[in-house]
Amino acid sequence: MIQLTNVHKRFQLNRSEIVAVDDVTLAIEEGEIFGVIGYSGAGKSTLIRLLNGLETPTSGSIMIHGQEMTTLKGSGLRDARQKISMIFQHFNLLWSRTVEENIMFPLEIAGVKKSARKQKVKELIDLVGLTGREQAYPSQLSGGQKQRVGIARALANDPEVLLCDEATSALDPETTNAILDLLTDINERLGLTIVLITHEMHVIRKICHRVAVMEAGKVVEAGNVLDVFQSPQADITKRFISQVTDTGDTDAAMTHLQEESPHGKLIKLAFIGERTEQPVLAELIRKFPIDVNIVQGNISTTRDGAYGTLVLQLVGDVAVIEEAIAFLDANEVKTEVLVHD
Amino acid sequence: MIEQWFPNVNWDKMWQATGETLYMSAYSTVFTFIFGIGLGLLLFLTNPGQLWANKITNVFTGAFVNIFRSIPFIILIILLLPLTNLLIGSMRGPNAALPALIIGAAPFYGRMVLIALQEIDKGVIEAARSMGAKTSTIIFKVLLPESMPALVSGITVTSIALVGYTAMAGVIGAGGLGTLAYLEGFQRNRGDVTMMATILVLVIVFIIQFIGDFIVKRLDKR
Repeated sequence: MIQLTNVHKRFQLNRSEIVAVDDVTLAIEEGEIFGVIGYSGAGKSTLIRLLNGLETPTSGSIMIHGQEMTTLKGSGLRDARQKISMIFQHFNLLWSRTVEENIMFPLEIAGVKKSARKQKVKELIDLVGLTGREQAYPSQLSGGQKQRVGIARALANDPEVLLCDEATSALDPETTNAILDLLTDINERLGLTIVLITHEMHVIRKICHRVAVMEAGKVVEAGNVLDVFQSPQADITKRFISQVTDTGDTDAAMTHLQEESPHGKLIKLAFIGERTEQPVLAELIRKFPIDVNIVQGNISTTRDGAYGTLVLQLVGDVAVIEEAIAFLDANEVKTEVLVHD
Repeated sequence: MIEQWFPNVNWDKMWQATGETLYMSAYSTVFTFIFGIGLGLLLFLTNPGQLWANKITNVFTGAFVNIFRSIPFIILIILLLPLTNLLIGSMRGPNAALPALIIGAAPFYGRMVLIALQEIDKGVIEAARSMGAKTSTIIFKVLLPESMPALVSGITVTSIALVGYTAMAGVIGAGGLGTLAYLEGFQRNRGDVTMMATILVLVIVFIIQFIGDFIVKRLDKR
């Protein structure tokens, strides 16, 4: 549905050239929630703006619904934009208009009749859960409510694609979750394709079907969220994943344990999908005469299943420990022996 | 009592002069508002990175604004006498003051409009573009409404300056309180006439400021 092929975007800045997007090729399916994650300056903001023509690529092709975006100009581009709407980190509402009037704005642009506008606005306000706040001005709303207005406004012209530019980055964790739930709901109910950019792995994990990781203008890794979580390839991906799995003081705890009992072996188990619900650990302890210390544990839920890690210290006879590890491997639990120096 | 304090004031002449001052101020304010917004929008939209980014137009408009903003008003009136004669057909009377008042004040207000427009969050303009808005829609539904409080407080300040300019326009015989204070008061050494004219100018200024503040307060929903 959205196909980017060899897209480059270079900016000229005081004689030096900045490569914001470097040879990106991506395919985004109809109806999916596709996340792009990267640190600031990775080029993800430019990438998302290429999709609705707010930026034009230096070279490459961008096809949306069989329409080549890069050649669109004037009214053709404006019409296309009504079907590819966008929400923003800082909401970008008109402060001079009420909630109702803000949501009406894109309908005015599209030339919808006044009675039809009123009806549509009412539906949208119900959809995003802002009933009763129609006449409020943005300054009277909380961050989460402002983003709800932004979402309602973006949905006004029944778009096919919704672009989310760091839509939850200015919100607190609880409001972030509420907005993410709303986006998931819209995606399922309206069958809308959502492309979102973020620097928070939490957002990707919670609502995305697929993810692309960007670094210095390039897509360094892309795939299903669960696959990327299980076996991240690029270093930057591993760092993003540690955002949602690391508790920070694990390293200290492990060093401490290693010093306490130098004979033990530290292993890290990765559980995927249904495995997280099986009592593998109980079986391990029953079967093998070894001591098991739990150093750290963690479960992350993604859209398509759970993903957990568990760091254990196994103390006992070396041969038995080897057997225990073999048992874990046989149970499709990914086992990694952590070597500490 | 007033007759005692202001023995030399001819009230008919005083009210007529007040009317002329109001006439000149009101007309020039309206036209300054329109031309100033035009100039401000042109300056803003031709800036690099904006919708009509155009270096040449931007530099020329900027130069025009700076030149007319810098010429002292009293000199501008004299320089514009031929133009006034051409447009109005006369060099005397309240109408003859209008071209100089507008040409003197519009560039000044244009700068204020530019500042007001630059205060608008760039993201809001981007949002309007992302919805497929035309430039005219962006101007009339985003730029002007979003900057309206600043535009109104700017025109309030400009309008008050214009009241002062109308008094200076008295030298070309424009009429109004300035002429009255100068000819009847100063030159004939009647201090009470000058004083009364000053009081009336102050009252006009206070009323303009009050109305301006009131409108800004009503408009500002931030």
